[in-house]
Amino acid sequence: MSTTKQFCSFFLEGHTFGVEVTRVQEVLRFQPMTPVPLAPGVVEGLINLRGQIVTAIDLRRRLSLPPRPEGASPMNVVVRTDDGSVSLLVDEIGDVMEVAEETFEEPPETLKGAARELIPGAFKLDRRLLLVLDTDRVISGITATSGATGEG
Amino acid sequence: MDQLDEIVLEFLTESHEGLDQMERHLVELEQKPDDKELLKAIFRSIHTIKGTCGFLGFTRLESVTHHGESLLALLRDGLMRLTPEVTSLLLRTVDTVRGILATIEAQGHDGKEDHAELIADLDETIRTHGRRKGEGHGPPADPEPGEVEVATVAEAVADAVAVPASTNGDGGSSVTDSTIRVDVELLDRLMTQVGELVLSRNQILQYAIDVKDTAFQAASQRLNLITTELQEGVMKTRMQPIGNVWQKFPRVVRDLSVSFGKEVRIEMLGRDTELDKTIIEAIKDPLTHLIRNAVDHGIESPEDREAAGKPREGVLRLRAFHEGGQVNIEIADDGAGIDTEAVKHKALDKGLVSPDQVARMTERELQQLLFLPGLSTAKTVTNVSGRGVGMDVVKTNIEKIGGMVDMQSVRGEGTVLKIKIPLTLAIIPALVVTSQGERFAIPQVNLLELVRLEEGIEGLEEIHGVPVYRLRGELLPIVHLDQVLSLHKTKPESEKVDFDALIAAHHAWRSRLDRIIAGDEAVDRSVVTDPAKCALGKWLYGAGKEQFGKLAEWRLLEGIHRRMHESLGLVIDEVEAGETALAKSHLGTVDGLIRETVADIEKLREATLSFQDATIVVLRADDRSFGLVVDEVNETTEIVVKPLGKQLKGIPVFAGATVMGDGRVALILDVLGLAQEASVVSTTGGERHVTGRDAASQLAEEDRDTLLILGVGESQRVAIPIAMVARLEEVPRRSLEVAGEQEVIQYRDSILPLLRLSNLLGSGGTGDDPDNLQLVVYNDDGREVGIVVDRILDIVEDRVAVEKPSDRPGLIGSAVVQGRITDLLDIRSIVRNVHGGAPEFSERTA
Repeated sequence: MSTTKQFCSFFLEGHTFGVEVTRVQEVLRFQPMTPVPLAPGVVEGLINLRGQIVTAIDLRRRLSLPPRPEGASPMNVVVRTDDGSVSLLVDEIGDVMEVAEETFEEPPETLKGAARELIPGAFKLDRRLLLVLDTDRVISGITATSGATGEG
Repeated sequence: MDQLDEIVLEFLTESHEGLDQMERHLVELEQKPDDKELLKAIFRSIHTIKGTCGFLGFTRLESVTHHGESLLALLRDGLMRLTPEVTSLLLRTVDTVRGILATIEAQGHDGKEDHAELIADLDETIRTHGRRKGEGHGPPADPEPGEVEVATVAEAVADAVAVPASTNGDGGSSVTDSTIRVDVELLDRLMTQVGELVLSRNQILQYAIDVKDTAFQAASQRLNLITTELQEGVMKTRMQPIGNVWQKFPRVVRDLSVSFGKEVRIEMLGRDTELDKTIIEAIKDPLTHLIRNAVDHGIESPEDREAAGKPREGVLRLRAFHEGGQVNIEIADDGAGIDTEAVKHKALDKGLVSPDQVARMTERELQQLLFLPGLSTAKTVTNVSGRGVGMDVVKTNIEKIGGMVDMQSVRGEGTVLKIKIPLTLAIIPALVVTSQGERFAIPQVNLLELVRLEEGIEGLEEIHGVPVYRLRGELLPIVHLDQVLSLHKTKPESEKVDFDALIAAHHAWRSRLDRIIAGDEAVDRSVVTDPAKCALGKWLYGAGKEQFGKLAEWRLLEGIHRRMHESLGLVIDEVEAGETALAKSHLGTVDGLIRETVADIEKLREATLSFQDATIVVLRADDRSFGLVVDEVNETTEIVVKPLGKQLKGIPVFAGATVMGDGRVALILDVLGLAQEASVVSTTGGERHVTGRDAASQLAEEDRDTLLILGVGESQRVAIPIAMVARLEEVPRRSLEVAGEQEVIQYRDSILPLLRLSNLLGSGGTGDDPDNLQLVVYNDDGREVGIVVDRILDIVEDRVAVEKPSDRPGLIGSAVVQGRITDLLDIRSIVRNVHGGAPEFSERTA
């Protein structure tokens, strides 16, 4: 008997990432965004989520991945955090996956930088890895590391 | 069980109200001890509580109120005189009853304590003060508190309420049959929903404009009206008179003055001024703090007051009134004022400021030190007879709800604290502006006026790279919203124009012609002769015309550019016809036209720099006004303020965000934060710096002959190159001080030596303004001198040739500027004289 967990998966630069479904509030297609001048570089803008104002964070920039190709519009994964809802911008949305807990492994020492801090580990799936994203860290780190990650 | 709980809850609420009223009346009674109506009202308040608690079975509470009532009965029947001791005892009773009520609220019963001490004191007072006539302590209450009481309770409530209202008519808490109690949470929810409704209404109105359907438009107009009315109605339900907060202050003041041995009278004006409940809650503690401060540190002891020739009794005056959509609250005392010396020493001891900084501070700036965190902890400031217990906390709390605190104090005369707070927090009127395609909302509270910048007329001017605008003769510092927010990038490509490239391209025609004549280059004649087909032409007749078409410089360039291309065509025709010699002979003319074209491009470039097709939004922040340049002013609208996520809290220029009519999000500007970001107002101890201009453009401007024309004496005109002027200032005459033999003022954290131009030129002017001095601040590598002039006349751009060299010290010579003789000031030698010794001119790093 193995315990399983459900993850909402999404894609970024060919990698598969996952956030625990309990943390995900909803998934939205591209939303018009209002940019925030002087904001940390990873903040893409603000979206109107049925009257609620939600900060959208570009996960590519947050994870120091190359910028999104011109013309590609990102999808929103809205997650619940202690400070209200935050939208994470991703390339594409995947399925909800059920993964067995024993397939989890921590990342190797060679994983460094922003990714090391934000990815506590991966589930080994059939032919790929599901990288777990620590959403709390993704968001809490923004004010502190804005200088390092920021470049509008 | 539930039913009982409800009855108890109601009892608690009513009793609290009764106690509040009783407390207020007791303090009032001290002032007019013979007011029978007041006494009756007090008696009724406690009688009601006693009656009900007997009915509910709170025996301990009943016992306390019973004894209190007995004492009051003596007072009411005139068998006893009210002394301060008796008042204190009665107030103690009120506190005890409050304590018991709290116990009931928390635990459901009235506690184990029997309050024997208080009861004994009450009995003792009744025995010693009361005349025997009263027959023991039997109040005229019924022997058996029970069901009979219930009827009298209702009457008593009605009486208790009706009587004070008719006697002193100050509002208070008047409960009539037509009021019901509503859960505050429910009101909060309603408010949020109304907020959402306002947003939806805005969206529908927006949509209605687009659809052009009359029926729909009529319906949406009705919706608009109803929403507005509903919004006002719901807001009103949340409004409370500020008197609700104030009513406990007489007690606070009384207790404090008794314990400090002071005599203080509290006066209140405008206690029915209404405020949103959330704001009432938010200002409760800061206000109490300020009141305590005023009694504790502000008002002197009766002896000191007499010695100072003031009445023994100090006055603490509270005033509240509406003004410009805001509520103003003033707390004024006629005490000793702020001892800035003590504040100064305290700030120095604590290392909050440096001795240098302090030395340069004005009285007012020293007073403002009280708002510094760290300066004001209760202990330290009680030691120095200054004031400022937790003033930083007060300031922070007021600012948190969008308010402002200002303090004015005159030594020996008293202190006034002025608080400005918004009426409500949830929905505010705002002005929507656009800058570089992005919309921003500006709270109307901060808005003073709008100024449309028409081309040509007066436009924007600059003082040493800092943009200013002359608003009715006053220089208004200008902040470009796009620059503060670093928005330039979003400017559409088509509007940008690279003047350097255009100049280079037209310069190149000279050599290209040579090559064409030599047969080394072939050109398409039709392209060359059409002035609209070159890069400049495309811009000139496109975006350039749209933006700058009205400018004389544009017309000038358009004409000369056309002629230049015509002549190019002519030469090419001649080359094609094989008449190279003729073509060569025309080269001189073409060359001249090319040079003129290039010169006119330069002129247009210059004109575009000062030309702004924009609007200045004049805003007020921290008592300073400044102009915010935006591209467009869209509309005024009601916005619902929504907080920004934690990730964005650190950006001082935004107060929040809101959803606009089209469903998009717009940021709300924090005007104070914006002013600080742009250094229009200084942040505490912060350095002001030149806004937004890059070093290159500053240097470019220094190379031009732009002169500041000053007036001295009756009619003398003097000019200084504006590049040498750091700033123009107006300072009050009374800020003049003398250091050594030198007149100085304290200026931006340093001592600024002053030099009177009239003395230097021997023209004996004193200035036009009796209160203020006009200063031209000259800065050379940190060495600053303030030149006192009588008038600042104008800024002119002119090529100046010295016609008559001067041998007078400080003057280079005279020249004709704007058709009038103007003396040119040798500012460097003047500064040398003031500072003594040769100045060192080192490289500017900026």
